[in-house]
Amino acid sequence: MHDMSAHAVQHHQPTTFIRKHVFSLDHKVIGKQYYALALLAALIGMVLSWMMRIHLGWTNAAIPGLQLLSKNGAPGGVMTPEYYLQLMTMHGTIMVFFVLTTAPFAAFGNYFLPIQVGAEDMPFPHFNMMSFWVTFVGFWVLIAAFFVGDGPSLGGWTQYAPLSAVGPVAGPGEGMGVILWATSIALFCVGQLLGALNFIPTTLDLRAKGMSMMRLPLSAWGWFITSCMGLTAFAVLMPACILLILDHVAGTSFFVPSNLVINDQLQPHSGGSTLLWQHLFWFFGHPEVYIAIVPGMGIVSHVLIANMRKPMLSHRVLIYSMGALAVLSYMVYGHHMFVSGMNPFSSLAFSFPTLAITIPSTIIVLIWTFSLYGSKLRINSASLFALGFISMFVAGGVSGFFLAQPSIDIMLHATYFVVGHFHMVMGVAAMFGIFSGTYFWFPKMTGRMMNETLGTIHFVISFIGTYCIFMPFHYLGMAGNVRRYSAFVADYLQPLIPVHRFITVAALITGAGQLIFLYNLIHTRFWGAPATDNPWEGTSLEWSTPTTPPPHNNFGDHLPVVYHDPYQYGVKSSTGDYVMQASQEQVATVNEEK
Amino acid sequence: MAKFFAVTIIVIAIASAIPILRHTWVAPEDISTHGALIDDQMSETMAEAGISFLAAQFVLAIFIWQFSNPRPDAKIKNFPGGAKGLVIAAFVLVGAEVLALGIFGAKAWADVYFTPPTASAMPVQVQAGQFAFYFRYPGPDGTFGPIHPELINEGTQNFYGLDTDHDADSKDDIVTAEMAIPVNKEIHLLMHSKDLGHSFYVRELRVQQDFVPGLDVSLHFTATKVGKYEIVCTQLCGLGHYNMKAYLEVMSQEDFDSWLKKEQAMQ
Repeated sequence: MHDMSAHAVQHHQPTTFIRKHVFSLDHKVIGKQYYALALLAALIGMVLSWMMRIHLGWTNAAIPGLQLLSKNGAPGGVMTPEYYLQLMTMHGTIMVFFVLTTAPFAAFGNYFLPIQVGAEDMPFPHFNMMSFWVTFVGFWVLIAAFFVGDGPSLGGWTQYAPLSAVGPVAGPGEGMGVILWATSIALFCVGQLLGALNFIPTTLDLRAKGMSMMRLPLSAWGWFITSCMGLTAFAVLMPACILLILDHVAGTSFFVPSNLVINDQLQPHSGGSTLLWQHLFWFFGHPEVYIAIVPGMGIVSHVLIANMRKPMLSHRVLIYSMGALAVLSYMVYGHHMFVSGMNPFSSLAFSFPTLAITIPSTIIVLIWTFSLYGSKLRINSASLFALGFISMFVAGGVSGFFLAQPSIDIMLHATYFVVGHFHMVMGVAAMFGIFSGTYFWFPKMTGRMMNETLGTIHFVISFIGTYCIFMPFHYLGMAGNVRRYSAFVADYLQPLIPVHRFITVAALITGAGQLIFLYNLIHTRFWGAPATDNPWEGTSLEWSTPTTPPPHNNFGDHLPVVYHDPYQYGVKSSTGDYVMQASQEQVATVNEEK
Repeated sequence: MAKFFAVTIIVIAIASAIPILRHTWVAPEDISTHGALIDDQMSETMAEAGISFLAAQFVLAIFIWQFSNPRPDAKIKNFPGGAKGLVIAAFVLVGAEVLALGIFGAKAWADVYFTPPTASAMPVQVQAGQFAFYFRYPGPDGTFGPIHPELINEGTQNFYGLDTDHDADSKDDIVTAEMAIPVNKEIHLLMHSKDLGHSFYVRELRVQQDFVPGLDVSLHFTATKVGKYEIVCTQLCGLGHYNMKAYLEVMSQEDFDSWLKKEQAMQ
C-alpha cells in the first residue's frame, strides 16, 4: 500500500505521432501494441494450421498460392514433407510465444494491471517500451526464416537437439532456420523479462492507497503470478537459446555428443549432451503452460464475477491455488521426458507432483463452477467465452491424468493424444480467455461496444468447432497415431485418415468463424456503438477512470483511493447491486472474506 | 442462448464419451508380458477421467441453465458449505484418486524399467538413423563387435561401422533391416542412435523408448503372440520422419532359428 506512483512513473503526455503511437511509454499503448502483434501472429498461425490440416487430410492436394511462399517447399502448391514440418514449427512457435504468452499476459496485463492497482503507469516505462519492441523484432526475425536459405527450421517448437544443433546437414532449415529461431526466442525472452521486471514492482509498490494485496482483482493476481513465473522461466530459456546458437556458429558442442554420423559424415562435435537441451527447454516449457493459462484464469474469474453479480466462493482460495500451480509447475517438467532416456527413477519423482497439480486445478474449477450456483448470470459474449474456458480447461485437463503417469505415457507419448491435450488445456482455453477479455474490456480500451450478435455466433462456432477438432485428436492418440508426421504411411495409420479429414473440415470452419471476430473487432473499433464508462457495472478500478478510454495518466488529477474488496456485488448501494472499489459509499457487505 | 449453450455442453460431453465407451479407436491387442498392467492402468485412468469430465460438464451445464437471466428480484445465494467443502472434497477425492493412480502407475512403470533383464534374455541391438532402423544379432559368439563410427557407410551397406577384418567379435554379427524375435523369449534390446534423436514404438508390445545420441539405453520385453507388427519412429528426426518404420516379426523358435540362419548366410 504505497502512494509513490505519482513520483515514480510520471511522464508527460506525448505530443508527436511517433511518441504517442509508436515509441510510446504509455502502458496502455504498449498493451494495445502487444494485442495487435498477437492478433497478427494468431492470424498467421491459424493460416499455417489450415495449410497443415489440408495436407494431413489430402496429402497430395495443391494449396493455391503456397508455391509463392516457397517454390521448393511447395512445388505447384503441393507441400513437401519437409515443408510440412517447417510450417508446423512456425505454427507452434508463433502460437505459443507470440500469441498465448503475448495476448493474455503482455497485452491485457500491460493495459489493465497499472489501472487495476490504481497507478499512473508502470515503474520503468522505458523498459516497458523496450519490452514490446524487442518482442516485435523477435517476431520478425522468426518470420524472416520463411524467406532465407532453405526456409524455417523443421525441428518443431521444442527444437530437440541434436537435430537442432548440428546444422544444415540434419535437413532443410536446420542451419539458418534454427539460428533465426533461437535468436527470435532469445529476443522474446528479453522482452518478457523486461515485462516481468515491470509487472512485479507495479503490483508490489504502485498500489493505490487502500489497495491491499487481497483487494487486488483476480486478473491482477493472474498477471502478478505469471510475471513471477516468467522471470525465472525465460531466464533459463534465453541462455539455452544462446548455447544453441553457439553450437551453430562458434564450434561448441553443448548439445551434441561425439561420434554422430549423418549422411555418412562423422560430425565434428564431441562432449555435449542431448538431454541437457530437453532439461533446459522443459524447465522453461512447463511453467510456460501456466504462463499461458494463469492470466486466462485471472481474466475469466474477473469476467465471470462481473456477470454472475456475486464474488467467487473464495477469493483467497483462488489466489492460493493459482500460486500453487505456479510453484508446482517447476517440479513437474520431467513428465515431458518420461521416455526420453532420462533415469527411470526420475520419472516417478516427476510423476507424483504432476498428479498433485490436479488438486489446485480441481479446486479452481470447483470454485468457478459452484460459484455459479445462486448467481444472477448474465449471458453475453464475454461470459460465454469465460464459461467455455471452464468447459475447455476441464476437457483438456482430464487428459492430463493420463500423461502424468509414466506407464501410460509409454503408449501415448508423442501421439495426437498429447496434441489434443495441450491444444485444449493451454491453446484453446487460453484463446477463450483472450476472447473473453477482449469482449469484456474492448469498450474500455476503445470507447466502443463490440457487436453482441456477432460475438455470440463467434462463440458458438468456436466452442462446437474446438470440440470437433481436438476431441478426435485424443482418439487418434489412443489408437497410436504418432504426431509430427507429414503423411500417414504406416499400415496401421491409414485407416485413421478419414478422422483426419473430419478434423480438417472442422478446423477450416472453426477458422472461418474467427474471421467473424476479426471483422467485429475492426468494424467496432471505428464504427461501433459508443460505450459508457462502466458498461458491465463492474467494481474494479478500470471502471472508475474519468474517461473512456482512460486518459494518459489513467485517473486524471487524483489517484484513486480504495475502500472496498474488489468484488462487492450482490449488495444494495446507490448505484444498484454493486459498489465500486473507489466508492466511499458504506454498504452492508456480506461478501468480505475474513 | 444460455439454455442452448447448456444443452450444447451436455450433447458434446455425451458425444465425446461415446467413442470411448464403444471402443471405436483403441490400442491393438497387447502382445507383451508387461502390457496388461499398462492396459489396466489405462482403463482405470479412463474411468476416473471420464467420470470427472462428465460430472464437471454436467454440473456446469445445469448451473448455466438454472441461474442465467434470473428475475430481477432474485436473490444471490451461495453454494451450501461454501469454498471449504469444495477444497476438502478436492483434497480428499482428487487426492485419493491421484495417489491411487500414482501408486498403481508406479508399479506398472517399475515392472518395465526397474527390473533388469534375466541372464537368459536374448540380446538384439537396434540402431536408428535418418530414416531407417537396422538390427544386429551377435551371432554364435554371443558378443557384438565394436562400432567404428568413421566406418559407417550406407553405400557399402556397412550400417554399423563394423570392421570385420580386424574385430573378431564382428565377424559373425548379423545385421538386418527387419527385426525377428522368437515368441515367449525375453529380448534385451540395446538401443543405439547413429545420428540424431529417434524413438522405438511398437503399439502391440506396449513399448516406446527414445534413442539418445551419445548414450546407449536398453529395454527388455517378451512378445507372447506370433505375428507381424510395425515399428515406427516417434521422435522428430527430419524430413523423412513420417516414413521411418520397420517390421517386427514374432516367430516360433524354429522359424526364428531358420530365419537367422538364412540371414547369416546373406551377410
